[in-house]
Amino acid sequence: MTKARIKDMFETLNHSDDKAFIAYIMAGDGGLDQLPKQIKTLEDAGVDLIEIGIPFSDPAADGPVIQEAGIRALEQDTSLKDILHKLKEIKHDIHVPYVLMTYYNPVFHYGLERFAIDSAEANVSGVIVPDVPLEEEDELKHALKNTEIAIIRLATLTTTDDRLEKIAEDAEGFIYAVTVNGITGSKSGYSQEVFDNLKRIKSKSRVPVCAGFGIASAEAAAALGASCDGVIVGSKIVSYFHNNESEKIKALIPRKTAQHAK
Amino acid sequence: MTKTYDFPNETGKYGEFGGTYVAESLITTLEELKTAYKKAKEDPEFQREFDYLMKEYVGRENPLYYAERLSEKLGGAKIYLKREDLNHTGAHKINNAIGQGLLTKYMGKTKVIAETGAGQHGVATATIAALLGLECKVFMGSKDAARQELNVFRMELLGAEVIKVDQGTATLKDAVNEAMRYWVQHMEDTHYVIGSALGPHPFPEIVRDFQSIISHEAKAQILSKEGRLPNKVVACIGGGSNAIGMFYNFIEDKDVELIGVEAAGEGIDTSKVAAAINKGSVGIAHGAKMHMLQDENGQLQGTHSISAGLDYPGIGPEHSHLFNTKRASYEYANDQEALEAFVELSKTEGIIPALESSHAIAYVMKIAPELPKNDIIVVSLSGRGDKDVEIVKAELEGRNND
Repeated sequence: MTKARIKDMFETLNHSDDKAFIAYIMAGDGGLDQLPKQIKTLEDAGVDLIEIGIPFSDPAADGPVIQEAGIRALEQDTSLKDILHKLKEIKHDIHVPYVLMTYYNPVFHYGLERFAIDSAEANVSGVIVPDVPLEEEDELKHALKNTEIAIIRLATLTTTDDRLEKIAEDAEGFIYAVTVNGITGSKSGYSQEVFDNLKRIKSKSRVPVCAGFGIASAEAAAALGASCDGVIVGSKIVSYFHNNESEKIKALIPRKTAQHAK
Repeated sequence: MTKTYDFPNETGKYGEFGGTYVAESLITTLEELKTAYKKAKEDPEFQREFDYLMKEYVGRENPLYYAERLSEKLGGAKIYLKREDLNHTGAHKINNAIGQGLLTKYMGKTKVIAETGAGQHGVATATIAALLGLECKVFMGSKDAARQELNVFRMELLGAEVIKVDQGTATLKDAVNEAMRYWVQHMEDTHYVIGSALGPHPFPEIVRDFQSIISHEAKAQILSKEGRLPNKVVACIGGGSNAIGMFYNFIEDKDVELIGVEAAGEGIDTSKVAAAINKGSVGIAHGAKMHMLQDENGQLQGTHSISAGLDYPGIGPEHSHLFNTKRASYEYANDQEALEAFVELSKTEGIIPALESSHAIAYVMKIAPELPKNDIIVVSLSGRGDKDVEIVKAELEGRNND
C-alpha cells in the first residue's frame, strides 16, 4: 500500500514533532547507473522522501540548474522506461518512499495504462506532474485509480481560495506548496506573504503540506518547515550531486543538524 | 444560418486537443486573461479601437490579388493571393500583436513579452509596444537570432530588448519555454503576447480570433470578385496562426477545401523536417495537447526548415482538431520547393514572398496545373520576403556550386 507509505512517513514524523525533508534528484544525471548510489546517499543523509525527476526536453517550469541536469540526463539517453526498470530492480533496497516528478508528455507518450502498471511495480508512491493542473487531471487520475499511486497536487501563492478548496478536496499524498511565483531554483527572500500563504494552504488541507521552490539552506528549510509539514529541496541537491559534493546534503536538513548539535 | 462549428469548448478543448496544461502558478493569470478577453470581445469600444488600428495603422483591408501571370503560366486554376505581406511590418503577425497589445492595456498591464522564430512576431510585438507605450522583451533562440540578424536590430530599434535563448535547440520552442519561465515570474504587470495559435487556453482562441480578419476579408473579396467561394484555401503552417486565420471563416463552408502546408525541410522522408502532422504524433507541450514531433520517449525533437518561422515542432491544437475531423488536410513542401516558389513568384508577379509563405506557393504550384481553369485557389501570402533575401542568396549560390 504505497499511498499509505507517504501517510505513514508523515505520521511517524508527526509523532516525534518533526518535519519531512524531501529531496529532488534528476534521474540519469551522471548516468542512470548512479541512481542507486544517489538514493542511498540521500537516505543516509536523513531524507524522508525522494522525488525522482524524469528528464524532459522542454522543462518550462524549471530554472537553469534542473534544466541543465535534464539536458545531461537526456544526453545519456535516460528514458522514463529505463528509470522505471531501474527502480523495479532496486526497489527492495530503498527504504524511504519515492515519487516521480515528471512533465506530462513522457508519461502520456509512454501510455497512461502502461505507466500505471509499471510505476506500481516499481513501488512508486506518487507522481507530481507540474503541467497537469486540476483541469487536466482526469485522464491521469483514471489511469492511476486502481493503483496506490498518489497524484500530488501543487498550490501556489496565486491560487485563489475557491480553487484551493478544490485542490484540497480530494488531495492525495501531500500538497506541494510553491513558495515563489516562479520556476524551480528561483532565489528570493521569503516574505510574510509566503508564511501566510503556507498557513492558508495548511488550514484548507486534509493532507500534509510541503513547501518547495527556491529552498537552498537549512535555515530556509527550518523557517518554512515551521509553517507546514515539510520542505522540498531540488536545485541545491542536484548541484551538490553534479559537483561531487553530496556530503554537503546532510547539512541542508535542519533536524539532522539540530540533532548533531545536541 | 446555424453555427455548426463552435470551438473551443468551455475548457479550451478543440475535440480532444488544446486544454490548459500549465503549471498551477499560471492558472490565475490565464483565468484573468480569459475573463478580460471575454469582456473585451463584447466591448464595442475595444472592437472600435482594434478596427481603427487595423485600418489606419496596419493598412487593412489588404488586397486579394489575382495572380494572373502565375495562374496562366501554371495553366490551371485561378490563383488569388491574400496580401498579408502588404501589412505594416510585412506579415500577418501584426494582426494578433495589435489585438493582444490592446488586450494588455485593457487588463491594466504595462509590459509585454513575446517569443519569436523568424523575428516577424518579435518585430510585430516590438512595433505595437512602441505604438501603445508598452515595455517589451522578445525571447529569441540564439540560432534564429543569428540567421535573422536584421530583425534583431529592427526590434532593438523599435525599443525592445531581445533576449537570446541558448537553452535546448536554441530555436523557437526554446524561446517559448523561456518566455513562459519569465512570464510566471512577472505576471502581475506583464502580458505574454503569444505569436501563434498555440499554448494554453485561451491563447489559441485569442490568436485565431485576431487573425480571422484574414478570412473575413478574403471571403467578402472573393465573393465580390468571383461571385462564389473558392475551391481551395491554402496557407503555410508552422504554429498555424496565419493558416487558422485564413481558414476560420471558411470552416462552415463545407465545399471549400482547407489545406495547410507544412515544412518538409530537407525532404519528408528525412528527419530534418518541421511537419508536425505529417511526421509527428499527439503529445502535450507548451500548454496544449497537439500534434508534435517527438522521439520514442516523448521528447520533443529538433526541427529543420529553411524558414525560421515554420521551424517549430508542434502545431496549434485547432489544426490538430481540423485534421482529426478531416475538415482540413495537411500537405507539405520542402526547402528546395519553397526556394523555387520564392524565385518563381518574384519573377512572375514581382512579389517576393516570405520563405514561410513560399511553402504555400510551392504547394499551389504543384496542384494548380492539374486543376480546371475555372477552379479558384485562395492562398495566404502571409509575409514578404525582404527578410529572407540574404538566406535565399546564400542558398542559391550554395546549390549552384554543388
